Amino acid sequence: MSGIGQSVARLDGPAKVSGRARYTADTPMADVTYAVIVPATRPHAHITGIDLAAARAAPGVIDIFTHHNTPTFGPIDVPLSQPVMPLQDDRVLYEGQPVALVVAATLEQATHAATLVSVTYHDAPFDTDFGADLDRIEVAPAFFGIPPDNAKGDVAAGWVAADVTLEATYVTSDRHHNAMEPGAVVAVWRDGALDVYDATQGVFDARTCLAQALRIDPDIIRVSNSFIGGGFGGKGWGWPYQILPAMAARALGRPVKLVLTRAQTYTSHGYQAATRQTVALGARRDGTLTSLRHDSVVAGSFAGDHVEGAGWDTPALYASPAFSTTHRLRRLHRGNPAAMRAPFGGVGLVGVEIAMDELATALDMDPLALRLKNHTDINPIDGKPFSSKKLRECYAIGADRFGWSRRTAAPRSMRDGRDLVGYGMASLVLRAFRFAANARVTIDRAGQVRIETSTQDVGQGLSTVIPQIAADALGLPVDRVHLVLGDTTLPVAPFTGASSATMSVGSAVQDAAASLRRKLAAAGANGPQGYPGALAALGVDSLSADGAWAPGGEPGDGEASAAIFSFGAVFAEVRIDVDIPIPRVKRVVGVYSAGRIINPRTARSQMTGGIIWGIGQALLERSDMDTRLGRFLSKNLAGYLVPVNADVGEIDASFVEEFDPHASPLGARGIGELGALGVAPAIANAVFHATGIRVREVPIRPEHLLSAA
Amino acid sequence: MHSPAKTRRDGAVAAADTATVSLRINGDLHRLQVDSRATLLDTLRERLALTGTKKGCDRGECGACTVHIDGRRVLSCLTLAVMAEGRDITTIEGLAPPDELHPVQAAFIEHDALQCGFCTPGQVMSAVACIREGHAGSDAAIREFMSGNLCRCSAYPQIVAAVRAAAAAGAV
Repeated sequence: MSGIGQSVARLDGPAKVSGRARYTADTPMADVTYAVIVPATRPHAHITGIDLAAARAAPGVIDIFTHHNTPTFGPIDVPLSQPVMPLQDDRVLYEGQPVALVVAATLEQATHAATLVSVTYHDAPFDTDFGADLDRIEVAPAFFGIPPDNAKGDVAAGWVAADVTLEATYVTSDRHHNAMEPGAVVAVWRDGALDVYDATQGVFDARTCLAQALRIDPDIIRVSNSFIGGGFGGKGWGWPYQILPAMAARALGRPVKLVLTRAQTYTSHGYQAATRQTVALGARRDGTLTSLRHDSVVAGSFAGDHVEGAGWDTPALYASPAFSTTHRLRRLHRGNPAAMRAPFGGVGLVGVEIAMDELATALDMDPLALRLKNHTDINPIDGKPFSSKKLRECYAIGADRFGWSRRTAAPRSMRDGRDLVGYGMASLVLRAFRFAANARVTIDRAGQVRIETSTQDVGQGLSTVIPQIAADALGLPVDRVHLVLGDTTLPVAPFTGASSATMSVGSAVQDAAASLRRKLAAAGANGPQGYPGALAALGVDSLSADGAWAPGGEPGDGEASAAIFSFGAVFAEVRIDVDIPIPRVKRVVGVYSAGRIINPRTARSQMTGGIIWGIGQALLERSDMDTRLGRFLSKNLAGYLVPVNADVGEIDASFVEEFDPHASPLGARGIGELGALGVAPAIANAVFHATGIRVREVPIRPEHLLSAA
Repeated sequence: MHSPAKTRRDGAVAAADTATVSLRINGDLHRLQVDSRATLLDTLRERLALTGTKKGCDRGECGACTVHIDGRRVLSCLTLAVMAEGRDITTIEGLAPPDELHPVQAAFIEHDALQCGFCTPGQVMSAVACIREGHAGSDAAIREFMSGNLCRCSAYPQIVAAVRAAAAAGAV
């Protein structure tokens, strides 16, 4: 058996290591044409002219689309998409916005012709400097159904009652997803139907966007993908590059393939927006919090309403009698931001957990002891118990595995040869997002099982974990189970994101498989060995059962879904040469309370990857804005630094034993974003411990630490 | 984005800007006429349906397009097809016989050295070369000599483990 809890090797491993796994841009397509976007070079302008003569005369060019000859798109209202449709008028709202689409017979011809499109602009005043004019802010709109402000208790009174107060401002940077696979779409109109291969994290959301934009019946649209080369929030739906190929394919009557260049990925599907967070903590002498305030100003866009919910989860972290969180939006002439691993606390914990470290220093307390002092098993937001919370165990196990007791309190007090050594830690919290899902499970007379559900595998391991769940329910080996996914012809499942898939889709698959087992039992199957006989008795070659799951239906769950959170504790050791202050992460220990783990092997890999994302956030990743030109400065992997193999030390990620019946029938919560939480503040705190320099900004670069030498 | 092709003032590319190349790929000889601007990567993917080799950045920064030319690892996005004339090219599809796995491929699965899999063909091709070059003697050496291949899922520790195990088993 290889069911739930077993470390099954990735079922798609052989396809992936051999190059057989087919990603969207690998889709074979006869008579395909190649589309290349011409991006705007200005952040805010009117187009005064487009000279297409040279481009149209170039060999191989089939057509060029601009706002002069592109059909009018319908408005789209799908959450997390960008409402500004491409090539509709002469307005440019952000650098990188498509101003033309060149379609040619070969990629070389289309790429070359795109360089020959000559656009003239009348520039308008623009604002891309997040660090300036900080009074130019507005109350953020509610986002994803979550209001911008949240408060409980008397924050001012708690502040006055405190023995020690601390207020500081923390800055996080613009970051780009940089999935290894750039966004890719192949669109085909055939017999009055639209077939779109799109590396999207939400095939149904993408279909709705296409139906709305093209003003066509969604039933004639199929959106699908088999493998996705990483998502991280950057493989959304309804972005211009996902709409244009379908438009062009309809106009030309030929298949159209569009693959973003790496540079275009920086302006085509969002990014994690920079934030400035002011955190104010009040505490009694013994460390008990009396007041917690977290005010976030987040960078936004004139092209959409995305809000980075940096403080959404902050009140769930500690037992403060009074808290207040606010979000203010500073709109800029840039494309709409997007969710990026990890949003919300992934950004907001940088402020809160560095502030907690500063508070520990001010109180002369051990940072871990301060967290334990303010531990809560009741969600301060609504007063309800957490569905399941094993954070105390995370602290204890993490401290032990890391050797936290070896830490000497004073900054700069630990040395190893030429290295300053720093130990830092942070807590983390992540709310559970769960969505309704459907699935179908079918067994044939050979005992082969097929799961059908329209979820997407962005690489996290769903193609292994979901079959394990069905194998477990049916009592069969997992190698008999095959998952078909990523296709709008399959039972409806939600987008893959917000760490929701295992809970949502996994529970629907479990329901379908259990239903199938009951059907087989009713037909006489006394256990798995009786399945073929049951099919024979029914006189059928195969038997299917549908399943579904939606949040809110668990015993005692009621409306308590707000209290479903995952938790963890992260400990980091940094080394900084005493003369050359380049911070390096020697090791990270993360211990997580995330419910039941379906596959420890793939889960550990996912957490390890998330921790490395945190290392990138802490020390490397920052998309600099050239505020003079209004564009991101380094739209490539040479100027935008992501972690490479040599940046990564020892990573030790583990889970506490847990079963959360409120989160899902599987007992599981989500882990996709969890590993990326808390790492950056733990590293920042370790840098302070090593050097005595408090850096309130990530990434921390050598220039922040020059006075450490 | 200047094209190496001779561009006339009106933007047209002269017909002479194509070339006939003979490429020996995974033991098979392919003779084809290519746009002289075509990279080896685009030729593999768009002309020869060898899509195992991936395009992550198209400018030599990510390593997803790594192939072997005459046994050495090369970035096929920075190699024009015409530069590979007469050379011996191995792609991920040619690393092992059909339906078999090269020991390095097996080690990647065994050590869970992949997630989304998009960088994996390039990682595997680099890993084979890394071992062959004698750069797999220590974890530090593996980290350094595998750092030309980005993995955004960040399976780096498992990649090191896979390369170390494959090297120790005498895989290459």
